[in-house]
Amino acid sequence: MTLWHQVLDYLSVNGEDVRSAVLQHLYLALVPVVVAFVLSLPLGWAVVSYGWVRHPLLTLTSVVYTIPSLALLLLLPGLLGTSILDPFNVLVALTVYSLALLVRSTADGLAAIDASVVQAATAMGYRPLRRWFAVDLPLSLPVVLAGLRVAVVSNVSMVSIAALVGIGGLGQLFTRGFQLGFYMPPILIGLVLSVAIALVLDALVVIAQRFVTPWARVAAR
Amino acid sequence: MVIRFESTTKQYPDGTVAVDALDLTVPSGAITVFVGPSGCGKTTSLRMINRMIDPTSGRVLIDDVDVASERPARLRRRIGYVIQHAGLFPHRTVVDNVATVPVLSGTPRKEARTRAYELLERVGLTAAMGDRYPAQLSGGQQQRVGVARALAADPPVLLMDEPFSAVDPVVRHDLQAELLRLQGELGKTIVLVTHDIDEAIVLGDHVAVFAEGGRLAQFAPPEELLASPADAFVAGFVGRDRGYRGLSFATAADLPVEPVTAEGTVVEGLALVLDDGRPTGWRDPDGRLLPTEGTHTADDSLRVVADLALLSPAGAAIRVDAAGRAVGLVRQTTVADVVRQRQRSRLAVGAVGGSAG
Ligand SMILES: Nc1ncnc2c1ncn2[C@@H]1O[C@H](COP(=O)(O)OP(=O)(O)OP(=O)(O)O)[C@@H](O)[C@H]1O
Ligand SMILES: [Mg+2]
Repeated sequence: MTLWHQVLDYLSVNGEDVRSAVLQHLYLALVPVVVAFVLSLPLGWAVVSYGWVRHPLLTLTSVVYTIPSLALLLLLPGLLGTSILDPFNVLVALTVYSLALLVRSTADGLAAIDASVVQAATAMGYRPLRRWFAVDLPLSLPVVLAGLRVAVVSNVSMVSIAALVGIGGLGQLFTRGFQLGFYMPPILIGLVLSVAIALVLDALVVIAQRFVTPWARVAAR
Repeated sequence: MVIRFESTTKQYPDGTVAVDALDLTVPSGAITVFVGPSGCGKTTSLRMINRMIDPTSGRVLIDDVDVASERPARLRRRIGYVIQHAGLFPHRTVVDNVATVPVLSGTPRKEARTRAYELLERVGLTAAMGDRYPAQLSGGQQQRVGVARALAADPPVLLMDEPFSAVDPVVRHDLQAELLRLQGELGKTIVLVTHDIDEAIVLGDHVAVFAEGGRLAQFAPPEELLASPADAFVAGFVGRDRGYRGLSFATAADLPVEPVTAEGTVVEGLALVLDDGRPTGWRDPDGRLLPTEGTHTADDSLRVVADLALLSPAGAAIRVDAAGRAVGLVRQTTVADVVRQRQRSRLAVGAVGGSAG
C-alpha cells in the first residue's frame, strides 16, 4: 500500500477524530488571540500614555516570551488550581504569549501615529475617549494587525505542544503516530492540516486588514 | 468675535516663559497675523485661544467670556483650526475629513457630507476629490482641505498655525489669494501665525510682531509697521526695502498722470508706439522697438507703478484703461515726488502726536 492510500485509509477510519481535532485546534488557537487582542488595547494605551508603565511592562512581555511553552503548561495547573488535562491551561498559556506579542505591537502602532494628526483631532473638539476610538486606534491598526498575524500563526503551531500534556488538537495526531512506531499517516495529516490552518487564518487576517485599512494601501502607492 | 488677551502668561513646567504678560485685542471680522522669529511664543499664544494650552496666569476672553469657563471640546467646535501640513486624518476620505466637526456636533452624516462636497468646491477643489484619501492629494490640495475642514461648522473664529509654510512659493501665493478671497465673503475673525513677514504684510489687517521671550513688540496695521516700526527689533525684523514695500498700501489712483497725445508721445528721446491705442513698445532714434516692460491701471498700487517706472526704458510707467488702451504716463520723477510728500506728511503727523509709533 502506498503512503497516499494509507492516508486515505486512516481518514476513512478516523475521520471523525480528525475533524474534532481540527475544531479543537482552532478553538485553542483563536480564543487566546481574541482575548489577548482585547486586553492589549488598554495595555498598549497605558504603555504609550504613561512613561512609568512602559519599561516594566515591556520587560515583562520579553520575559514571558522566554518561558518555554511546555514549562508553562506544566506550571499553570499549580497556579490556577486546574487539572493537568484541562484545556483551560492551554487557553491561559497562549493568551499570555499572544498578549506579550500584541501589547508590543499595539504600543508600537500607537507610538507611530503622527502626533500632529492627534492634536488636530483634539483641536477640532474630540473628547479623549471618542478620539481614541475614532483616530488613535484606526491609525495604529496597520501595525497592530501585523502583530495579530504573527500571533495567530504562532498560536496555531504552539497548540500542537498541548498534545504532549494530553490535550486535544492536531498535536494528538503526532503523538498517535509516535505511539504507533512512527506510523506516517496521522503525522502527515496533522502536519498538513496545521500548516493549512495557519495559512488560511493568516489569509483571513490579511483580508480583514485590507477591509479595515483601505487607506494604508493608498498611502503606500 | 473679539479675542482679548489680558496679561496672559504661559510658563512651561521646565521654566520657559513662552508668553509674557500678553495684552492684545484681536479685532472682530479681520485677519490678525502673529509674526516673529522661531520660539517667540506665537503657537503658544494661538493655542491658548482654543484651550489646547491653558495660561499659567492672566486670561483669554472671546466676546468678553473667559475661555477657561468653557468646556474645551465644546469651545473648540466653534473655533476652526488649521495647521502646517494640514493634519488631515489619513484614514478618512477627504469629504469625511471635511465633515468631521459637523458630525461631532451631531449633524447627520449624510447632510454633513453633502455640505462638505460643496465646501470642497468653495476652496478650489473638485467634488470628485472628496472620495480620495488625503495621501492621494498634493500638499497644496491637502492644505485647501484643511481650510475646508476648519470652515465646515461655520465657526466665527479661525486659528491658523503656519498654514502655508510647507508648500512651494507659487502654491503659497495661490493659497494666500484664496484665503483673502474667502475672507472677503466670510468675514471671520482669523488669527494666523507665520514667521514670514511678507506673508504677514500680505494677509494681515493687523500684525502683531512678537519678540524673543514672548514679548509683544508691536501691534499695528501692516502699512504702519513698515512706515514706523516701534523699535530696532521690529525694524530689523520687518527687514530691508520697507520703504519700497510700504508702497503696496498706497493706490496709484491719486498719482498725477501725463496724458498720452494723439500725435505721438516722446519721453527721453523714445517714442511710445501704439496699436489701436494699446502700447506695444518704445521706438528709439535708431528705429529699434524696445519693450514696454508692462502697464498698470488706476487700481494698482504705488509699488507696481514705481516698479514699472524703474523698468521702463523711457523711465515712465504706462497707465492703461480697462480695455488696455494707453491713457497716460507716470514718470520716475513724479513717483519720487509723491513718495516724498507721503513720507513727509506721515512723519509730521507722528511728530505732532509726539508718538514714535
Ligand atoms: N511643551 C513645551 N514644554 C516646554 N517648552 C515649550 C513647550 N512648547 C513650547 N515650548 C517653548 O516655548 C517657547 C515658545 O514656543 P512656541 O511653540 O510658542 O513658539 P513659536 O513662536 O510658535 O515658534 P515657531 O515659529 O518655531 O513655531 C519656545 O522657547 C519653546 O521651546
Ligand atoms: Mg509655532
